[in-house]
Amino acid sequence: MTSSPPVISVPIHLESDVLVVGAGGAGMYAALEAAKGGASVILADRSLIGRGGATVMAQMTVAAALGEQTPDHWEHHFADTLAAGRGLCDERLAALLCEDGPQRLREMDAWKVGWAREDGHIKQAQAPGHDRPRCAYVDFLSTGPAVSKTLRTQLNNASGIRRIGDLSIVDIALRDGEACGATALHLPTGQTVTLAAKAVIIATGGLTGLYRRNSASSNMGGDGYALALRAGADLIDMEFVQFFPIGHLAPRLVGMDPIMWDPFRYKLGGKLLNSEMREFEMDYATKDARSDGTYKLTRDLATYAITKEVEAGRGSPAGGAYLSFQHVPEAEIRKAFGPVVDRLAENGIDLAQRPVEVAPIAHYHMGGIRVDEMMQTGVPGLYACGEAVGGANGANRLSGNAITEAFVFGARAGRSAAERAKQGASMWTADAAQPTLDLLRSASKRDAPNPAAIIVKLQAVMADDVGPFRTDVKLRSAISAIAQLKADIGNTPFASAKAFDPVLADWLDLRNMLAVAQSVAVPALARTESRGAHQRDDHLGLDEAWSVNQIVTVSDGDITLRKVMPTTGKAAA
Amino acid sequence: MKATLSIQRGALGEAPRHDAFDIPFEHGQSILDGLRAIRRSMDPSLAFRFSCINANACKECMMLIDGKVDYACTVRLKEGMTTLAPLPKKALIRDLVTEIAPPDERLMSRS
Repeated sequence: MTSSPPVISVPIHLESDVLVVGAGGAGMYAALEAAKGGASVILADRSLIGRGGATVMAQMTVAAALGEQTPDHWEHHFADTLAAGRGLCDERLAALLCEDGPQRLREMDAWKVGWAREDGHIKQAQAPGHDRPRCAYVDFLSTGPAVSKTLRTQLNNASGIRRIGDLSIVDIALRDGEACGATALHLPTGQTVTLAAKAVIIATGGLTGLYRRNSASSNMGGDGYALALRAGADLIDMEFVQFFPIGHLAPRLVGMDPIMWDPFRYKLGGKLLNSEMREFEMDYATKDARSDGTYKLTRDLATYAITKEVEAGRGSPAGGAYLSFQHVPEAEIRKAFGPVVDRLAENGIDLAQRPVEVAPIAHYHMGGIRVDEMMQTGVPGLYACGEAVGGANGANRLSGNAITEAFVFGARAGRSAAERAKQGASMWTADAAQPTLDLLRSASKRDAPNPAAIIVKLQAVMADDVGPFRTDVKLRSAISAIAQLKADIGNTPFASAKAFDPVLADWLDLRNMLAVAQSVAVPALARTESRGAHQRDDHLGLDEAWSVNQIVTVSDGDITLRKVMPTTGKAAA
Repeated sequence: MKATLSIQRGALGEAPRHDAFDIPFEHGQSILDGLRAIRRSMDPSLAFRFSCINANACKECMMLIDGKVDYACTVRLKEGMTTLAPLPKKALIRDLVTEIAPPDERLMSRS
């Protein structure tokens, strides 16, 4: 049963020098820098500007060698980043992140983000995996919202940046293998939109929305990776998905980000206990020389520790571990977290009285779009920044590096894109949008599976079989399940209405999510070792022969894999 | 436990209708949890805005809940009937979705 297509057939056409896709921290920074470089900019987001994505959700810390708390140098931060990345970091990108980080944090400080201060200096906390206190933050658990608000204010004050929310980019437009713009769907009206641009920056964040339990916004299904893949760009390190070990599990907590417990641990300690009410982190600490004796396990090890305790039958009732602050006096909890304590009380949580339950939760993706030190992909005119970029963090990201890379890579991508726009004429041709317009026009109301339910199925497949602990059997099962879901959605979009159609949005999401899920599962199956966030129960331990990055590309709809040696050497400043 | 959500439906220019959905829920779940459950198991065409799901960071899920403007992600599901309607002072797009973006962040309304 079909009816006439709901999508209006004459697209609206817009032009700019630079198109930025995604208005989280990286995208907003990219837009600001591109405009500073003289480019006219369109900043598009499928949600509202500066509201969706991961940045606004970050309640944690931002790492940079500011040397405010204690003497520091970016090379120390670099050494810690490489150590956490377990041999797979792109050293050029990691060096750029660490070297430019302090400058960007100071710029944000000048823009009045409000980094927490102590005795007149920016306060820096010690986070796991760092050799010294290096992580700035905004009290109380307000880092992400403060960062987003600060960047939104800068955008408001900047000239040359047109912001468009509710605009979902469906495909990058290509001409002779170069990016020349994009094709989009305006969600409130169902109107198609074509965008001509001399340079396109993908700043869409990560893929944690592929997992059942995740700390992401609803729009973090990896769409930028799929855009890049279909445009012909390489993806790198896609098998490395970071699980945040102590995501909130129980009791049900609303109005707060599930990753909120880390700052509590920095400030107050906090004990991870199993069902015997025994601390167990130290049982696992000796597995890694860097964590030995410090109680500060990096995220991959802490995820491992909690999962193994649960498997051994020593989990908490909801299937995680207890996190206890009962040893901390009530007044001290209040002093450290002020109004947050009241928000917890509204959820029936009293930390001085009872522990909460926590468990690993999909949090960040180390892999992503492969770029050079100018943030350009292999496709001329196509750039990426922020979490959408792969390589800087190797097999495991150090805490605090995500917002830093959003700033640093965002700024770099904006500058590079503005440079390119200065040099070239528009390559736009209406033909470049045609395949995508045809796809959108083919959308129809018909008897079809519920796409929202298919997304839930995919999240279950990824959580159960492509989670932090993997086996050959599970991964093969996931790959065939993903193929089946692909067949279920077919090649013709489902639709239900013209205005704000969540069915069409879900179908377009699934088109992306399924491509990205496959791009994670296939290299995960190939990597027959355990390293960082990729742990194979059937291939324990790190294998030196696997000190390589895997590159995912797509040709004729099929994924291909190849291995490359990690990129070494520092980036040109 | 069972909650009933009575939801105002329809796009701008259509006569509004009310659809009631019965959903099972657990103590502590939010209205947004209920809306997402309806999309998964009953009606995927139900339109509402949300981005951050749980953190009350994005502020997109604002709607009229039992006649009061509030966030679907922080108001809890309750037993019995809860009525949901789009924000009354914003232009309706469809169902619970209204035009909430600042004018200079929209595609269409640039003057």
